[in-house]
Amino acid sequence: MTEWRPPFALVGAWLGLLVLLALTVTLAYVPLGAANAVVALGIGTIKAGLVAAIFMELRHRSGLTLIFAGAGLFWLGILLWLGSMDFLTRT
Amino acid sequence: MSDKNYLTTDYTLRSWFLTTDHKRIAILYFASLIFFFFIGGAAATAIRIELATPQADLVSSDVYNRLFTMHGIIMVWFFLIPSIPNTLGNFVVPLMIGARDLAFPRLNLMSWYIFMLGGCITLFAILAGGVDTGWTFYTPFSTLYSNSYVIVAAAGIFIAGFSSILTGLNFIVTIHRLRAPGLTWYRLPLFLWSLYATSVILVLATPVLAITLLLMATERFFGVGIFDPRIGGDPLLFQHLFWFYSHPAVYIMILPGMGVINELVSCFSRKQVFGYKFVAWCSLAIAAVGFLVWGHHMFVSGQSLIASLVFSFMSFIVAVPSAIKVFNWTATLHKGSIHFDAPMLYALAFIGLFTIGGLTGLFLACLAYDVHATDTYFVVAHFHYIMVGGMVTAYFGGLHYWWPKITGRLYSEYWARTAAVLIFFGFNLTFFPQFILGAEGMPRRYHVYPPEFQVWNVLSSGGAAILAVAYLMPLFYLGYSAFFGRRAPANPWNAPGLEWQTSSPPPEFNFASQPVVTRAPYQYNEHFQAEPQNA
Repeated sequence: MTEWRPPFALVGAWLGLLVLLALTVTLAYVPLGAANAVVALGIGTIKAGLVAAIFMELRHRSGLTLIFAGAGLFWLGILLWLGSMDFLTRT
Repeated sequence: MSDKNYLTTDYTLRSWFLTTDHKRIAILYFASLIFFFFIGGAAATAIRIELATPQADLVSSDVYNRLFTMHGIIMVWFFLIPSIPNTLGNFVVPLMIGARDLAFPRLNLMSWYIFMLGGCITLFAILAGGVDTGWTFYTPFSTLYSNSYVIVAAAGIFIAGFSSILTGLNFIVTIHRLRAPGLTWYRLPLFLWSLYATSVILVLATPVLAITLLLMATERFFGVGIFDPRIGGDPLLFQHLFWFYSHPAVYIMILPGMGVINELVSCFSRKQVFGYKFVAWCSLAIAAVGFLVWGHHMFVSGQSLIASLVFSFMSFIVAVPSAIKVFNWTATLHKGSIHFDAPMLYALAFIGLFTIGGLTGLFLACLAYDVHATDTYFVVAHFHYIMVGGMVTAYFGGLHYWWPKITGRLYSEYWARTAAVLIFFGFNLTFFPQFILGAEGMPRRYHVYPPEFQVWNVLSSGGAAILAVAYLMPLFYLGYSAFFGRRAPANPWNAPGLEWQTSSPPPEFNFASQPVVTRAPYQYNEHFQAEPQNA
């Protein structure tokens, strides 16, 4: 038997993601009106941050790696922003 | 001097197919791309023969649909996108930065295998069952009506995409980490700036194409409502995702071409590139703004007017850095000591053809004109001027420029110049009439047309015949030179770049000792003012 145990940070992040998932599902059934989407997106952002920082280990990386990771996120944002702008302004 | 170079270190097939030498991998890519180029070219030939008459004389409508799809898919994904980065880039990037190899040599070899796997799968789909969706795979045609080979072809492209991503990653890391001492960012050759910008696009955009093709397959096989509005999908989503990759893909094609032109214009004018920093940053600006303009492919798709206005505006913006480059090349030529060697003829052809392609792009960026010109031959002519007149011409220019370095042999200047002039003439005769056809309203992707369009089509097909001969010529004189040409000196063009400081062809590990860079690029001072030696 090996004595290896998963690092606390990984387990913690995993548990955190599960809690956030439960929160997302629960809040989806709470009638918050327009705030439902905002809350869901907010929780989604926290989840993505956890994955990036802990699982992708970006918290230990150099500035250059962070710039490239950020660039990916930025371009994804552009895709979503301009793509949704079309959808939201269609007549 | 030892005769050992990267070509003569080992002659076995194993040494080629398991090599991790960037130069040999470049040759593997080169051979593969010639193969794909001639398959795509054969389809183009059949298309132009069919269009020489207004009736359907040669092929049925179904076969015609398969032909132009095959032409588009092969040329875009298996020739234009990998051509300059994977052949010329692979060969010269480590040489230009004074490195022994790329940062990840085995990943580089894997990229080639992945590329070939994707290419073979796509080719199988095209030849076995045929794909008739056009290279864009627009839904709902691709998800509801076309045969299942469309998914096989998409799978091949999906796989080939990984090759692009890995190559881009390799270049980015190499340029960041393996530059020779003294080679600061502002001392980098502009070809490397352009390849760096291209690599950023490859890494950021290609995953979106992969996801799009995966979603297409998911909808087709499992009926998940992604694009089909009857089951809850968005009919425009496919086009948004597809063009988010495919418009930047145009810059994947043209940016490396621009990079090659910087090298050629500077070398054969014996002058420093005018406005080096502007040209360098314009590459990055084009890469960045190129991500904001995909909606100009969708002006008549039903997207909102507000979105169309934003995309139209951004399309004009992206023309600015492109125009800066053209102005800087002409300023570099000004008062230069110009030598009309074959690479320079290609460079001059590029500047002319790219300018026409770019300016007609502005026509299409105008909402009102685009509505008239969408899906006509005007669009076909425009993008061929950019992608073939621009990129392929630059590729040929770069190939001739670095040929002595790659093979260690000199080619026949006479035949090379003749081919360059014929390509320029044949290209214009092929595609300029298509602007007129498009303006008069001839739609693309039709194999029968009203007789009044025939005269322009005959001109275009005649030009295509000249172009085909001109594209075949280098196969013969470069092929001949590779085996029987005069031995090339280390620096036949008398150029100051690092790649010319080692022997031709280079030794296996490029440089006998680590070069150190002490000056800015393109310093054609008195030391490098002598004539090129190939003339």
